[in-house]
Amino acid sequence: MTAFANHFLFEFKTGLRNSTSLLMNYLFPLAFYAMMGLVMTQINPGFKESMLPAMVIFVGMVSTLLGLPGPLVESREAGIYRSFKINGVPALSILAIPALTTVFHALIASTIIALTATPLFDALPPARWGVFVLLTLLTAFIFGGLGALIGVISNGARSTVLWSQLIFLPSMLLGGLMMPLSILPKSVLPFSSLLPSAHAMQAFMGLAYGQETVLDPVVSVLVLLTSGALAFGLAIYLFSWDSRNAARRGHPLLALLVLIPYLLGILFA
Amino acid sequence: MNEPILSVQNFRKAYGDFVAVSGISFEVQRGEIFGLLGPNGAGKTSTLECLEGIRQPDGGALNILDIDPSREPRKLHNLIGVQLQTSGLPGNMQVEEAMRFFCAYHGISPRLDLLERLGLSEKRHSQYHELSTGQQRRLALALAVAHNPPIVILDEPTAGLDVGSRSELHSLMQELKRQGTTLILATHDMAEAEKMTDRVAILLRGAIVATGSPRELTATGSGFTKVSVRTEQSILHQNNTSFPSVSQHALKDEYSIYYSTDPGPTVSALLEYISVQGDKLIDLRVERPSLEERFLEITNNRGLS
Repeated sequence: MTAFANHFLFEFKTGLRNSTSLLMNYLFPLAFYAMMGLVMTQINPGFKESMLPAMVIFVGMVSTLLGLPGPLVESREAGIYRSFKINGVPALSILAIPALTTVFHALIASTIIALTATPLFDALPPARWGVFVLLTLLTAFIFGGLGALIGVISNGARSTVLWSQLIFLPSMLLGGLMMPLSILPKSVLPFSSLLPSAHAMQAFMGLAYGQETVLDPVVSVLVLLTSGALAFGLAIYLFSWDSRNAARRGHPLLALLVLIPYLLGILFA
Repeated sequence: MNEPILSVQNFRKAYGDFVAVSGISFEVQRGEIFGLLGPNGAGKTSTLECLEGIRQPDGGALNILDIDPSREPRKLHNLIGVQLQTSGLPGNMQVEEAMRFFCAYHGISPRLDLLERLGLSEKRHSQYHELSTGQQRRLALALAVAHNPPIVILDEPTAGLDVGSRSELHSLMQELKRQGTTLILATHDMAEAEKMTDRVAILLRGAIVATGSPRELTATGSGFTKVSVRTEQSILHQNNTSFPSVSQHALKDEYSIYYSTDPGPTVSALLEYISVQGDKLIDLRVERPSLEERFLEITNNRGLS
């Protein structure tokens, strides 16, 4: 078996063996999905129209933003990357393979949701399933990049939580997952436009469901694509094998460059 | 032998204002076991980590098999095997999985025979965090030597091991040496260094204070060789005779013990005296000063004890 396949298999199994990863990849997002399906659809029947994309985005965010950075930081602090480096494991594999396996877990959980949301909770299915699948992959890609970037720039568990929550909580409140962007106050829209979840939601609703959107869904797709690529690129550039080694290629604040596509998106939307 | 496989010239490493290693130089010959000795914080691990290419030196020149580890660390990974002082493995990685994982990156078939050899085959499905300290050390060693590298670097390899594991590890080290592997051993266990190494460098506060074979180092100190003699009639107990090169004399149980700076003349004179007195020799032991005693002498001389 190739080194890549071995590494991928190990990281994939880690997502099931490690109780925290299992919680983030499956238990928490699926339990939340069940709760939303049972409660939210009763409180707000309109939620059924956006439930499927909202839950897929939620799964992606929990697995990658909350689940991915912690193990990356812990491995670096425990000297595991130093050992990997000595044995010829490339930096790209160290970042890309955990991100890829996390995305893979998120896609499995997303598939469970996509297959059950309509029969169980009467969620509206997308008009274009192919576009829905592509957007699901795109969403996982952008959040995977952000998760890897947070893992690279965080110097400990505390800052990992801080950075992750800085994206996760506003995404839940202002990203259009719980309530559509159209009912949010106009003054909040610029803040929403800085969130990947808002662009993902707009892309799903506009392109997979064919509904009217507040943001241009094509612009949203472009924003997500460029920011995802930028996040992965910055994560690779800022990656350090060892936090005890002072040598570093760039300041962690360079990670803020990932906001550029969102700022441009506000200008051109 | 006598072919440098690794050289360190005027190497310096600092962490902020703290100078961990201040301009040390040494060479390691092909096929030898070279010991880097010193107390915790002496600079052993900093030196090794720069040689392994995982830290950048702040000065000097390092060379392993004509490769500068600070410039071309990627070229080193198939040429050196490293057992790090810290774990270096994910807690949930299984023993056999670790072997397959690292062997795949070295482009070789998994060396499951090494797991058998180091008594880990029964634990091959155990996760790393479930292993005892000794088992973790043995696994780290198995992974370090799996790709048959010409140089193996071991950082405190026997720390926390029981007697059996330590002995097995020592025999594996000797076997590697017989196969022509060069071993660099960092340890603060002087007995281990004395037993295993061909040459050592003693590091104190980032500087090399002595180099040579353990035998050379123990011979050059002011330490005394202990000569213990037991005779049938205990004639040496009854007479306070002085012998050449002896600076101290003591009695313990049925033995007369002489501390000599030059054991040859001392032993000859003792044997002659016993014969002349008509006594009969039952036991005679000559014990050289240990590397640990020499090490303590060096640290005492430098006010570091």
